[in-house]
Amino acid sequence: MRITIDRDRCIGSGQCAMTAPGVFTQDDEALVALVPGYEDGTGDPRLLDVPMACPVQAIEISEG
Amino acid sequence: MTETEIRPTGSPAPSFPQDRTCPYQPPQAYTDWRGERPLTQVTLFDGRPAWMVTGHAEGRAMLVDPRLSADWGHPVFPVVVQRTEGRGGLSFPLIGVDDPVHARQRRMLIPSFGVKRMNAIRPMVQELVDQLLDDMLAKGPTADLVSAFALPVPSMAICELLGVPYADHDFFEERSRNFVGAKTTAEADAAFGELYGYLHGLVGKKQAEPGDGLLDELIARQLEEGELDHNEVVMIALVLLLAGHETTVNAISLGALTLLQHPDQLEVLRRDPEAVTGAVEELLRFTSVSDYMVRMAKEDIELGGETIKAGDAVLISISLMNRDGKAYEDPDTFDVRRKARHHVGFGHGIHQCLGQNLARIEIEIALGSLIARIPGLRLAVPVDQVPIKAGHDAQGPVELPVTW
Ligand code: HEM
Ligand code: SF4
Repeated sequence: MRITIDRDRCIGSGQCAMTAPGVFTQDDEALVALVPGYEDGTGDPRLLDVPMACPVQAIEISEG
Repeated sequence: MTETEIRPTGSPAPSFPQDRTCPYQPPQAYTDWRGERPLTQVTLFDGRPAWMVTGHAEGRAMLVDPRLSADWGHPVFPVVVQRTEGRGGLSFPLIGVDDPVHARQRRMLIPSFGVKRMNAIRPMVQELVDQLLDDMLAKGPTADLVSAFALPVPSMAICELLGVPYADHDFFEERSRNFVGAKTTAEADAAFGELYGYLHGLVGKKQAEPGDGLLDELIARQLEEGELDHNEVVMIALVLLLAGHETTVNAISLGALTLLQHPDQLEVLRRDPEAVTGAVEELLRFTSVSDYMVRMAKEDIELGGETIKAGDAVLISISLMNRDGKAYEDPDTFDVRRKARHHVGFGHGIHQCLGQNLARIEIEIALGSLIARIPGLRLAVPVDQVPIKAGHDAQGPVELPVTW
């Protein structure tokens, strides 16, 4: 699974961290960041919902 | 159900906005517009025609489309509420500007509203809520839930967060009500002038004697470094104060009312207090406290077989998007256990609510504590006698007489 985050687009809504807290978090600027060791959280079924939950299409998830 | 066909020329499209009759249901006229097509045509109070996007998927697509502008300062930006007529040229930060100005302003503010920061203020909000409930119970067994509870929670929280003395809250609560509820431009201007004057003075005072709120941080980090000017700081403070006062109050009071009208759903939350978090999302979806958003097309846009022309007014209907049967099963059923994903109660796209995580915490703690502390809570008047706000305003009760 490949997760791409676009911090330039991020508006700090927190939807990603709320939906899949094992994978996404916010840094001190409240911009999206990946949780250290996030690979362990990728089994969370809600993860696939994150790209749709993000209000600015800053997150892409692809298989492989 | 009425089809959203193109109307014959000469017959004017229905007027927008219209008042709700049931506090938590979109007006009957709006639901009649939910046809096969994702957009319909309406007429604003000044006679200007406007597109209204009603489909969930289409509305979300429009809200991330840079061809739509939110630039309130544009001389012909659509006017939905009479009070703002003729105010072209006065732009509001964040909500009323496009990128790149928007991105610059938003970046400065998001650290103060991030998920971590908001979780850290939970104890403050809980304390506030407990205190207000203590007072209400001591004075009981009747109260106006709006003035005794739903309004002071967000009002005190936003003051605390911004570093605005709560001692002054009567002053700006009244002005902010006067501004939002103004019937004429003159009334709105007067309230606006007073709010602006107050905040202008406060920012000056804070420059001389820094405190430890968000405004103080903005002044220290941005004003001093020349990233922001005095006027911009004042206008940002104004937008945050207005947004903090005029929305969450409705989410709490209308949330309580909706739960009281759905006893089976209230019972779910009594039995399982953890379910309140999910119930907040369903309430945001179902009640759509912010009913609509306003945009203007900068270029021609094709949508649902129609062409929205450059310069056209575009309304995005939050309440109809949140009740789109293509996105939600039984959309008109209030179900606190529904996983109400992707609702647009806080909007979508770059302007999605900056205060959403603050609002979530306030609503969750307020309603959770209300349910736990006052098990016998009920309306003191029949629901059709609860006065509600006009269609253009944030939706919710003006007063909510309760007893226990
Ligand atoms: C339940 C309560 C709330 C609701 C339903 C709500 C709803 C909304 C909606 C729908 C928008 C998008 C408007 C648009 O795209 O045109 C928005 C934006 C905004 N809200 Fe809220 N809001 C709430 C609470 C708050 C609070 C407590 C604050 C306090 C700070 C706040 C501050 C803002 C700001 C600053 C924006 C503009 C953001 C931007 O343009 O980047 N809101 N809100
Ligand atoms: S959901 Fe999108 S905008 Fe919101 S914090 Fe995550 S990446 Fe940023």
